[in-house]
Amino acid sequence: MKHLIDIKDLSTQEIEDLIKVAEDIIKNKEKYSEKCKGKKLATLFYEPSTRTRLSFEAAMLELGGNVLGFSSAQTSSAAKGESISDTVKVIGGYADIIVIRHPKEGSALVASMKSDVPIINAGDGGHNHPTQTLTDLITIQMEKCRLSNLNIGICGDLKFGRTVHSLITAMSRYKNIKFYLISPKELKIPDYIKTNILEKNNISYIETKDIEEYLGDLDILYMTRVQKERFFNEDDYIRLKDYYILNKEKLKKAKEDLCIMHPLPRVNEIAVDVDEDKRAAYFKQAKYGKYIRMALILKLLEIE
Amino acid sequence: MNIDSIKNGYVIDHIKPGKSLEIYEYLNLGNLDTQVAIIKNAKSKKTGKKDIIKIDELLDINIDILGYLDPNITINKIQNDKIVEKFHPQLPERLINIVKCKNPRCITSIEQNLPQICELTDRKNAIYRCKYCEEKVQKPE
Ligand SMILES: [Zn+2]
Repeated sequence: MKHLIDIKDLSTQEIEDLIKVAEDIIKNKEKYSEKCKGKKLATLFYEPSTRTRLSFEAAMLELGGNVLGFSSAQTSSAAKGESISDTVKVIGGYADIIVIRHPKEGSALVASMKSDVPIINAGDGGHNHPTQTLTDLITIQMEKCRLSNLNIGICGDLKFGRTVHSLITAMSRYKNIKFYLISPKELKIPDYIKTNILEKNNISYIETKDIEEYLGDLDILYMTRVQKERFFNEDDYIRLKDYYILNKEKLKKAKEDLCIMHPLPRVNEIAVDVDEDKRAAYFKQAKYGKYIRMALILKLLEIE
Repeated sequence: MNIDSIKNGYVIDHIKPGKSLEIYEYLNLGNLDTQVAIIKNAKSKKTGKKDIIKIDELLDINIDILGYLDPNITINKIQNDKIVEKFHPQLPERLINIVKCKNPRCITSIEQNLPQICELTDRKNAIYRCKYCEEKVQKPE
């Protein structure tokens, strides 16, 4: 039995296969509409994340399966102090596959160690969120038709943003990738990502404070939001949150086929006037996320 | 017990001065019936001072942990009054219930009955990370 706890659990081949299946689902939706008939997916959300939960639930429903679960710790057995290990043991008796989101780092791994059914990590604190990374990868593949030979700009909170760290880790497997890491000095990429991932894999990267400096070189611009909960100090948050805003005016410098991504929800880092630009891919990205989750559910349930 | 001569047992040598009691604790030597001698601040040619622990029996001790605590330690295994083996302990691949993860965001801070597992991720720099949150764990000073 396989789980998905960390994007590193998947080989390059497995990721490629998942993307292929997702592409096939997009083309032949009817073919998949009863694949999970009679199967149940449980969503154990110890902290609310409506977007991620609905994406999983929609994925399972579109496969003809059913969903059950809870969406906050207050309404769950966790409020009574039940351990994760016990909870997954119990829920594994009701459901065929479990999606877990929990504020503590390593929680999904603990769940997988005790579970009798496949576990999907839908975010364990600031640690891993592999289906977000799969969503990013399928978006790049769909929009650029390749996962290699890309100049990728990543902008915003590069220090705490786990989606950014996983994306860099995942993309470092592909050939001829160059990263442009755009952030204020307070939110620069951590050294261990530079040494353990980028430098170790001989990947070239540029660090800059200026969003416009290399905009014309980019094939992909991945925008992230600066999260308030990462700051101890309100003033720092207010000062930094508006540091980088992408708007129509700035985009004049960008390539015609740039692909603009964002894990959503956005605050104000992408101006709404960008939404109608054909280069904006972030709403499509959310949609691709559902399809890659469908492919993942099929894989983990070992349904052809 | 003559602390100079052990017939069968271990001499754990070149312990950083003052660290012998800690090692005594980690090896759980307090729970043994065996004779154990702790020598503090012995003279050392190399470092000036050192601690030594002598154990008067060939126990199955968890030597790996010494590699984590202090790789400069020398272990002498003695059989029939002779040193039959002399070695430095290696860093173990895994530490189970030896160091606690200090990351307050880690699942180990709330989940009950969860073993504390740390894995060696960088042998050259002796870096261990919590298996769950992957945060570096700090070596006891
Ligand atoms: Zn930990």
